[in-house]
Amino acid sequence: MMEKKVHIQTINKQNLVQTVQKGGCGECVTSCQSACKTSCTVSNQDCQKQ
Amino acid sequence: MAKTQPYDFSLLHKFAIEDTYIVLDINSGIVHSLSKEAWDFLEGWEQAGGDLEQATALLQTTLPLGELEEIRKSFEELIATGALFSSSTVEENYAPRDEQIVKALCLHVAHDCNLRCKYCFAGTGPFGADRSLMDLATGQKALDFLFAASGPRRHVEVDYFGGEPLLNFNVVKELIKYGKEKARETGKILKQTLTTNAVLLTPEIIDYLNQEDVQLILSIDGRPQVHDQMRPFISGKGSFALVDQRIREYLSRQKADTYYVRGTYTHFNLDFCEDVLYLVDRGMKRVSLEPVVASPEQDYALQEEDLPVLKEQYARLAEKWLQYYREGKPFQFFHFNIDLNKGPCLLKRLSGCGAGNEYLAVSPLGDLYPCHQFMENKAFCLGNVFTGIQNQALREDFRQAHVFNKPECRGCWARFFCSGGCHANAYHFHRDLRKPYELGCELQKTRLEYGIYLQVKVWTDRQQEQPQEA
Repeated sequence: MMEKKVHIQTINKQNLVQTVQKGGCGECVTSCQSACKTSCTVSNQDCQKQ
Repeated sequence: MAKTQPYDFSLLHKFAIEDTYIVLDINSGIVHSLSKEAWDFLEGWEQAGGDLEQATALLQTTLPLGELEEIRKSFEELIATGALFSSSTVEENYAPRDEQIVKALCLHVAHDCNLRCKYCFAGTGPFGADRSLMDLATGQKALDFLFAASGPRRHVEVDYFGGEPLLNFNVVKELIKYGKEKARETGKILKQTLTTNAVLLTPEIIDYLNQEDVQLILSIDGRPQVHDQMRPFISGKGSFALVDQRIREYLSRQKADTYYVRGTYTHFNLDFCEDVLYLVDRGMKRVSLEPVVASPEQDYALQEEDLPVLKEQYARLAEKWLQYYREGKPFQFFHFNIDLNKGPCLLKRLSGCGAGNEYLAVSPLGDLYPCHQFMENKAFCLGNVFTGIQNQALREDFRQAHVFNKPECRGCWARFFCSGGCHANAYHFHRDLRKPYELGCELQKTRLEYGIYLQVKVWTDRQQEQPQEA
């Protein structure tokens, strides 16, 4: 039997809108402090709570 | 039948790389990988002005009915769960917090340098002021200031920076010790980093820094000729041979893998992917190579016409990253590091780098600036570590320079990834904290697309290895 084709795959579960409720603790690393002294990339930091 | 509202495609960012079709739901940050058929459906849907009924009717000629219905149903399920076309009220209600907290300092322990890098934003060390070193009392006062100003925050950070901080190693050593004592007394967790050109990084210093858990950021630009052209000694001689030897010595003596080697690419090495791979192949597995930021009249400055080549380079780098990953010899490229599941919360993404607020830079005399790139620009002096922050109006300017207050950012798909970009770049190019540096934005968006693409590829590989977890 042919396998059914999956048309949409969701890669991640974290929903940013929902992080507003529990987020904002401010404990995460400052984005420009490591390896990034001439550009700003906030999204590649990790959350300290997770 | 009641007509449904058309769906707003400005809430999505869709892009295709090779045969990988990706859609990012901007507000939720949720990423979906699509089949070609689902991608065609989405395209048709957008072309139908977001009208789902019209799109379905139009696509009946190109997709088998069963498949069409299935794809539509899948999209509708995602919409119902807030994973597609999600809206947000955050923008309407957002007001950045005024907590008066400082949790990270860039400590300029040396405004002097033993290299004469041609693109140096520090004016080869002194930032336009006198060549000087921070004394121990000022450094200690800066740490006192940090521990007090961090208030309830547990995690605090210090980056020993310059100029070249190892020119003032005796003071750095004392400050590392002092910082640890303060952390113990206050119950805080102190992360200490040191950004160095590695010229003075002897085995003794390496062992000391490792023992004290100081994370290193080591500057090297890539291939010898590329590095030597831009990073000579005062004599004019290239520094590659020594720096490369020092960094490899460091790698052989460290175990924590918390370092980054970082470099800068310029108009002279538009094929910078070769430099990243050169470093990786020499054992440097944690690499950051960043575009130079310079006035357009400089011969090494990146120009708008360089963009197509640079985008091709990121494409090539992403393919190489994936190849190395699949061959079991992965490396980290800082700007591709995106963890879609454990990334920062939305409030962090809105507060951005924190320059001028949570993050400040300290001059050798103890003056406070919004970040290292505003150093010694007196109009940006916020106060000093002895008397605290006086210029609250400037602090407020930085706090208010968030994505919702930047017209160019408000509608940009990348706004929750870059947080509006670098304040210093915005100021230096436009004299306006709220007007982002366009070339930087283009490169940022390119890097983000490849970063997300790699996440999708890795996720897909893992699913194929462990299909039961799908």
